[in-house]
Amino acid sequence: MDKLASYFKRPAGRIQSYKIGFFLALRDIKKANKWTTLLIIAVMVLTFLNMIVLNGILVGLIEGSITAHKERMAGDVVISTLTDKTDITKSQEIINFIESLKEVKAYTPRYTESGKLTANYERRTKETDHVDKSGGTVYGIDLEKENEVTGISKYLAEGEFIGPDDHDKVVLGANLLSKYLDIESPELQVLRNVETGSKIKITVAGITKEVTVKGVIKSKVDFDQGIIMLDSDLKKIANRSNNNVNSIILRLNDGVSPEYIKSLLLNQGYAEYARIQTFEEALPKFLLDLKMTFSLLGNLIGTIGIAVAAITIFIIIFVNAITRRKYIGIMKGIGVRKEAIELSYIFQSLFYAVVGIILGSLIVFLLLQPYFFSHPINFPFSDGILVATPVGTIIRAIILLVATLIAGYIPARIVVKQNTLDAILGR
Amino acid sequence: MIKAKQIVKKFESGTNVLFAVNHVDLIVPKGQFITITGRSGSGKSTLLYQLGLLDKPTSGDIELAGRDVINMSEDERTFYRLSKLGYVFQDYAILPSLTALENVLLPLLMLGLPDADARRMATDAMVRVGLEDKLINYPSQLSGGQQQRVAIARAIAHDPEILFADEPTANLDTETSDMILELFLKLHKEGQTIVMVTHEKDYAEKADRIIELADGKIVRDETLRRN
Repeated sequence: MDKLASYFKRPAGRIQSYKIGFFLALRDIKKANKWTTLLIIAVMVLTFLNMIVLNGILVGLIEGSITAHKERMAGDVVISTLTDKTDITKSQEIINFIESLKEVKAYTPRYTESGKLTANYERRTKETDHVDKSGGTVYGIDLEKENEVTGISKYLAEGEFIGPDDHDKVVLGANLLSKYLDIESPELQVLRNVETGSKIKITVAGITKEVTVKGVIKSKVDFDQGIIMLDSDLKKIANRSNNNVNSIILRLNDGVSPEYIKSLLLNQGYAEYARIQTFEEALPKFLLDLKMTFSLLGNLIGTIGIAVAAITIFIIIFVNAITRRKYIGIMKGIGVRKEAIELSYIFQSLFYAVVGIILGSLIVFLLLQPYFFSHPINFPFSDGILVATPVGTIIRAIILLVATLIAGYIPARIVVKQNTLDAILGR
Repeated sequence: MIKAKQIVKKFESGTNVLFAVNHVDLIVPKGQFITITGRSGSGKSTLLYQLGLLDKPTSGDIELAGRDVINMSEDERTFYRLSKLGYVFQDYAILPSLTALENVLLPLLMLGLPDADARRMATDAMVRVGLEDKLINYPSQLSGGQQQRVAIARAIAHDPEILFADEPTANLDTETSDMILELFLKLHKEGQTIVMVTHEKDYAEKADRIIELADGKIVRDETLRRN
């Protein structure tokens, strides 16, 4: 009796409430209808997937495009022509400096001009007959260097890439050809009936020359809207006598900061002759805007998902608590603290959320992410992958846990705070 | 000991006032077994709820084991019920998700007893009510009488000052009801103070003292036997 009396002097504090809450939650889950439990967990898994996958795919479409832009077009550092100049003056000096940097893995100089294309002119019988016209940036490239930086010759849709002796031959971007750009619009200037081997006319700086299409490229970067030819050919057509190029793209060794290389170039005073940007700075603004918009959309959809999950949990816990109102009254009647009963419902909600999050994470990281990585979504300007970072996943998991916690607590609180005797007597 | 003075519990509905308990004075000495009886609606259960701190009277004073319980906070009342009182309700009132032993264990764990001690005390209580072979059974696996015995074990496991029982035999057949009453008499013999509400005259008269209510007032207070 003395021992018992000493127990009774202890306050039935918060720790006891947590312990009892956990005890009751565990027993309720154990005795709950298995199908109901599975259904609740399924709702939580789907909610979590909704938060991660939808957002991840939306962002992944843009991330895929940004990655493609970096890998196939812009490298790590972009040196381009100043807006008030026609080319990069002192290009050779800059190139010499770049070659001296051991941090630079590869670089490629590019000549660019605006060009116009004409096709199907041989079929014309009258001056008024329709001629296919299109246009785009003409890239004059150093084959070896370009492939070291962008590997662009891998992205052929048809034909072959130009070789070092392929003078008067070009590779066309797929978006210049109607067969690849499946949009029917009279205003859209694309070339019809053009394929590998077709003869077309190219006009650069007022000079027109007939060239042969050697291949068609589909890289999902700016090359798809352009014409690629040997740098020597472009120089000749455009009548460019000096060796000043329009852009120099740098690929850096792993772990080298683009900011650092940019600072080295700036320290040399090259900003006077060229615009020097890191890859991020050179990103087209529309991509950044798209990324932000898609992320916003993803978050919006995710928020709606959370709200749906929270309401589902609320209803489930409320119905559960209402149907067990009498037992809640009895527990209060025999002295179980309100906090302990509320905690039992909170623990149950958390159980559903945690199981949902764990299963959802397994599905995302072991199933969906590897799947989308090996089978990217074929989006017009990117290969869409599923972007799900551990940090982003943890943040979303915490949001879902908090939402579930609140959704579990409120109905439990409503029912538990009802009059004890009324609950026992079912009044 | 219970000391209740001028207990009133009234319910108001518009201009109508119903006195469920009407100025009741009652003293129950420690160790006494009293029954509160009366016809349906006489206020016997309402009086029990006031004495057992499940409800607050409209007016009046109640002292339990020397402590004024009227002015206690909600938390204090909850802890007092947990530590000093035991309850047996009419319809068993044990939790379906817990085993018989866990039902008895619950208030002991809430008290903060170490698991091993709580388990031992809960098992002892189950032995006292003769259900030592039903420890791991769920309520759905027990008969009505067995469930009520689990409820009694839960009520007595922590050795309460006072045991309150509200019509504990109302839903049971005669044989089981007799068994439950025998259990109460046994507990009483062990020194337990018991306040039991019943409408069955035979059972009421087995107590030390019988209180009869009508319209919320005591109309009979008879000591049948002395300890």
